[in-house]
Amino acid sequence: MRLLTHNMLSSNIKGVTNGFPLRIEVEKVVEKPVDFNADFLKNMFAKIEWKALVDASRILGYAELPDEAEPSMLDSDDFLKKFHHALLELHLEEGALVCPETDRRFPVTKGIPNMLLHEDEDINNSAAFLNADTV
Amino acid sequence: MLWQDSCKMSARTAQIRFVSSHFEVYEPCDDSFALVDALLADRINLLEHRPTVCMEIGCGSGYVITSLALMLGQEAHGAYYLATDINPHAVRVTRETLEAHGVHAEVITTDIASGLERRLAGLVDVIVVNPPYVPTPEEEVGCDGITSAWAGGENGRSIIDKILPVADNLLSDRGWMYMVTLTANNPSEICLQMREKGYAARIVVQRSTEEESLHIIKFWRDFDSQVEANEMVTTNRAAPTRIVESMLSQFPRLPFWKYGNDSCN
Ligand SMILES: C[S@@+](CC[C@H](N)C(=O)[O-])C[C@H]1O[C@@H](n2cnc3c(N)ncnc32)[C@H](O)[C@@H]1O
Repeated sequence: MRLLTHNMLSSNIKGVTNGFPLRIEVEKVVEKPVDFNADFLKNMFAKIEWKALVDASRILGYAELPDEAEPSMLDSDDFLKKFHHALLELHLEEGALVCPETDRRFPVTKGIPNMLLHEDEDINNSAAFLNADTV
Repeated sequence: MLWQDSCKMSARTAQIRFVSSHFEVYEPCDDSFALVDALLADRINLLEHRPTVCMEIGCGSGYVITSLALMLGQEAHGAYYLATDINPHAVRVTRETLEAHGVHAEVITTDIASGLERRLAGLVDVIVVNPPYVPTPEEEVGCDGITSAWAGGENGRSIIDKILPVADNLLSDRGWMYMVTLTANNPSEICLQMREKGYAARIVVQRSTEEESLHIIKFWRDFDSQVEANEMVTTNRAAPTRIVESMLSQFPRLPFWKYGNDSCN
């Protein structure tokens, strides 16, 4: 799972109002090179929650992103390269995404997040699924 | 690795021999091929469209999303491809199929787009979906195993009717959706519903097999049609049901039902 995807996921538990960003628990990170495409990065920039990306990249061991970013930075190649690396090349391969409000864990296995909920799961009972053995 | 490179260079669709499989995952079938043929038929428009975010709902074997990524060229446009399925085996198989073709999409095990709807709202430029559309008893919908790949409940509409509002929420202002439907799904009524949400529709591919007649419908936001639809709904409210029904049965002749490749999209 790329950090771009982490940036697009929120907790889907019924009743949760503050489900973004999901906390990351890391077991394994992999890096996979991706062809650099400045246009894509410029298109995506406005859609990214910057702080969530910075925090996520630090948890995955990459500390090069600036705390704050603004569109004018997109003119800098150096900035674009770092943005590219954090957004697309760092993958959470094994670990979990954790709902910030209920602490419910969504496992990430072989790079695939599993957002399936149990039937009738909601904010009141989801703690019971903390270590849910979801398939 | 050589074949991967050559496959990436030349092929515009996924190669069946490199599509991964699992006994509980839907194998590429007539409907999958019809959907990919529709995408190929519209490929030039898609290339001009330059989608930034493309998504498949219910990716199964990964045949469709892999084909889309191949035909649009991963790197040339640098799009973000996402694929979801409710069946964890399908999502794994999709990942293998993508890897075997040297393309990438982010894959997520989830119900339709649950967990993505908040942040991806209004960002998706292309959605492709081959939903479970076969009319079945309602109990078979979403049950475990391969049945859930096709079981669509009453008129085959259970999952389709859940997907439509989600798609409307996810699609960007210039968003397009390609959807497989069966005649039994009442595609004209689906188009009418989408029209009320502001979408125009046309059939990109129509195919009859021994068992079923498939339509691949393309939807796109069209602000004129929204106005017309609202007017129509107001008018219809006063009209006897019988007249509304007969109007729907003539659906293919209604003006917003655009045939062929020559119309706007
Ligand atoms: C007819 S198959 C199509 C598979 C593949 N896209 C193809 O064209 O070959 C429908 C797929 O939708 C998946 N599906 C069914 N219900 C779903 C849901 N609620 N959310 C996401 N995927 C679902 C099934 O697991 C199955 O893989």
